[in-house]
Amino acid sequence: MTQIIGESIPRVDAVDKVTGAAKFADDIQFGPGLLYGRLVRSPHAHARIKKIDATRALALPGVKAIATGADTPGYIGLYLQDRHIFATDRVRYIGDPVAGIVATSEEIAEQAIKLVEVEYEVLPAVTDPLDAIKSDAPLLHPDLGKYTVANFIFPKPGTNISNHFKVRKGDIAKGFAQCDAIVESEFRVPQIQHVPIEPHIAVAQAEQSGKITLWAASQSPFAQRNLIAKALGISQGDLRVIAPYIGGGFGSKAGVSMEACAVVMAQKVPGRPVKLRLTREEEFFTTFVRQGLVARTKIGATKEGKLVAMKTEYYWDAGAYTEYGVNMTRAGGYSSTGPYEIPNVHADSYCCYTNHPVGGPMRGFGMPEIHWGIEQLMDQLAEKLKMDPRAFRLKNCLKTGSDVVTGWKMHPIKLDECIEKATAAIDWGKREPASAPHKKRGKGLAIMWKAPAMPPNAGSSSYVRLNEDATITVGLGGQEIGQGTHTVMAQMVAAALGVPVEWIRIATPVDTLYSPYEWQTVASRLTWSMGNAVVAAAKHARQQILELVAEHWNEKTEDLDIKDGNVISYKSEQSLPLHDMVIYGLPKEGDCGWRGGPIVGRGNFMPTYVTGLDPETGQGPRSVVHYTVGCQAVDLEVDTETGQIEILRVAAAFDVGKAINPDQVRAQMEGGVVQGASSAIFEKLDLRNGKVVNPSFVDYRIATSVDMPHKIIPIIVEEPQDDGPWGARGIGEHAMVPTAPAIANAVYNAVGIRLPSMPLSAERVFLAMQEK
Amino acid sequence: MSQHEITLTVNGTPERATVPSNMTLLTMLREVLVLTGTKNGCAAGECGACTVLLNGEPVNSCMVLAVEADGAEVVTVEGLARTSPVTTGEDRWGLDKIQQAFVDLTGVQCGFCTPGMLISARALLDRDPHPSEDAIKDALRGNLCRCTGYTRIVEAVKVSSDG
Repeated sequence: MTQIIGESIPRVDAVDKVTGAAKFADDIQFGPGLLYGRLVRSPHAHARIKKIDATRALALPGVKAIATGADTPGYIGLYLQDRHIFATDRVRYIGDPVAGIVATSEEIAEQAIKLVEVEYEVLPAVTDPLDAIKSDAPLLHPDLGKYTVANFIFPKPGTNISNHFKVRKGDIAKGFAQCDAIVESEFRVPQIQHVPIEPHIAVAQAEQSGKITLWAASQSPFAQRNLIAKALGISQGDLRVIAPYIGGGFGSKAGVSMEACAVVMAQKVPGRPVKLRLTREEEFFTTFVRQGLVARTKIGATKEGKLVAMKTEYYWDAGAYTEYGVNMTRAGGYSSTGPYEIPNVHADSYCCYTNHPVGGPMRGFGMPEIHWGIEQLMDQLAEKLKMDPRAFRLKNCLKTGSDVVTGWKMHPIKLDECIEKATAAIDWGKREPASAPHKKRGKGLAIMWKAPAMPPNAGSSSYVRLNEDATITVGLGGQEIGQGTHTVMAQMVAAALGVPVEWIRIATPVDTLYSPYEWQTVASRLTWSMGNAVVAAAKHARQQILELVAEHWNEKTEDLDIKDGNVISYKSEQSLPLHDMVIYGLPKEGDCGWRGGPIVGRGNFMPTYVTGLDPETGQGPRSVVHYTVGCQAVDLEVDTETGQIEILRVAAAFDVGKAINPDQVRAQMEGGVVQGASSAIFEKLDLRNGKVVNPSFVDYRIATSVDMPHKIIPIIVEEPQDDGPWGARGIGEHAMVPTAPAIANAVYNAVGIRLPSMPLSAERVFLAMQEK
Repeated sequence: MSQHEITLTVNGTPERATVPSNMTLLTMLREVLVLTGTKNGCAAGECGACTVLLNGEPVNSCMVLAVEADGAEVVTVEGLARTSPVTTGEDRWGLDKIQQAFVDLTGVQCGFCTPGMLISARALLDRDPHPSEDAIKDALRGNLCRCTGYTRIVEAVKVSSDG
């Protein structure tokens, strides 16, 4: 009964979502007792808070309470606790929450925040990562040395560097000495926003007893429970997080951000729920943004086209707090070469504090940013060597058993097959005419790798509970954020247990009171990690059922199987349906009682083999659990009169190990391609002295239906993952990683210009063509 | 804020509501009538998540005052499917064919833009049963989606057209 694996069944949540029945956090009804919150935010990029006077705000009828930093003097954060829930002594970015007002309506709360008088002493701001590392730069976090930090993050107290990841592999000087061709360049990647269509929302209710419930649009209900409880000094057992469907996350709803504010505000009004929802404007600069990057990279190869040396410096514009961002700079470090075998590597990845919006996880977790430069340089190097960029990549890309930059051998992958299939799909090497005389056509490609970036011991768990009619309730803690994970989990349980997939029900919403633990819905890790836990739980339930029936039939479990919802015996050829038996058990012979009992399986999974890396060299036995690899090839036209890019074809080929639901895999590739193309062509948070001046859909454009590529060709490549369920690896984030550099390389192929920074907007492309 | 009593038809059912003059149609639908299928993505008429049919025309309900809908006929995502689902069979949810196409072709990921998308698509098909691909893309350009890349949504509209 494993045929359900690899079948493109419809999503289990689709009917609820097309009928309006699916409940998102803002759809939950709380009755007339509901209160509303709004946040007082810093208007300064960097300032000391001298005084907060809320007298006038609290006098406004309908205002119930105010919460400030005085209520939460402790720190919060995932990898580095450098953040207060509300600012205490100073603010570090425009939008930093200073206070929260609770009132009987959103309008009253909005009026009241304008009446809170905050006296600031403005401090000099740092708005570029290269300024941040200067010795005379204003220090944003003088207490950096005192912060609690994960043991794989290395802050530099007394500087604005909150993490420094190093790779020292081989001999970089000797390596470059052997090179016949060297390319070197500086690339920049601006901050962008995730732009989930659902804005952030949290509703919190605190009881006089100290128990707290939080309903949140959250990718990370368990991480929120853990981090908020720690910050407030309460027990994880007394904080319950309920996470209904979420309207897009892409990382912005991972970890903790505004949810903690809602909890503290609710503590001020025990017994009353408090709803805090961000406006679209706030969404653009007060939640996580994708970090900016300045990359200075030098790569060299022999005249035969063999990569020999790479030296790179990544300066991440990580913003005011880097509690999550420090790990992105680590990922940028241990994956610093891209998917290439290079014997001599010297890499430094610096996480730099700036007075910018808070950098955080976004689809790709550092990989779209570093690949922007790497993949353009590889094209430049190939050009210098007079090699075809495709052939150059096939020669140097990682293959099974290749040396990985952090000192281990690559697990089985088929990156070369991804390159071959993606390029073939757009007729690589064939010059094709443009559609009009004023347009020029070009083709480009880029390859990528990405590993789940997480603590080495991030775990998953699950239960599989059978009901009277043998329908199955699956408990899990991973969030359905659109990626289709609940559908894939249903398929896995059906296959592992031996029942029709229509019998599976996923226990939603995820509720930390009832759902089994899951670290976070991030890193494209659920299919693999939660999948393993779910399969273990299904197998555990299956074993209990087989033992019950074996005893009943006086047979051995090895001779029994579950097929299509029936226990069968290959030996005696008997058959027994699961229903009733899985709750009520089976009668013993001769009316002497019953055996069995309600069946509940449990399972968990944790990678146990990821090791630490040497802090001086970045070398170690196993840096990550695995890498998903892939290639995108782009065929486009550039309008020479306007600079506008029109994407004709994009082929996206990724090695997903095993596609449990091929249609959902292809849907991830398509969505990733368009999000990647949108970032490449349209998107940039326009920061002026720390202020985002384009916080709306009018001024910050994302791709619409008329901007999509004419054709997207998703291609599934499968080299099984040894510890993945049926060999599966993740594919959520990856499709966005190579899109931007593939477009940039195709633009160069078309019109011969290369912009060192994104986005390739029509205006910038046009001006670059003029200057050429 | 002065209050107004309005009557309107929502998804075929007559409704009466007392609303303040500054309340939007979106807020009335979501918070007074508790029809939460219609989503609030920007409250500025830019994302299309709140699209409903107002007298047959697709509108951003965040940009329409509730009092403007007095006497009007409104259709939300909850009004697309047959009202009473039956318990078995292929057609058990009574989905509109555009809804069914979104299910069959995975036109849905997170589902937050979906209600507005469906309404815009329904409005297009009502006025043009055989739209070209360009006409479909044009009709949906006011509905932002960050998950799907639009391909399957456009495909779903295509297969739902009578052509």
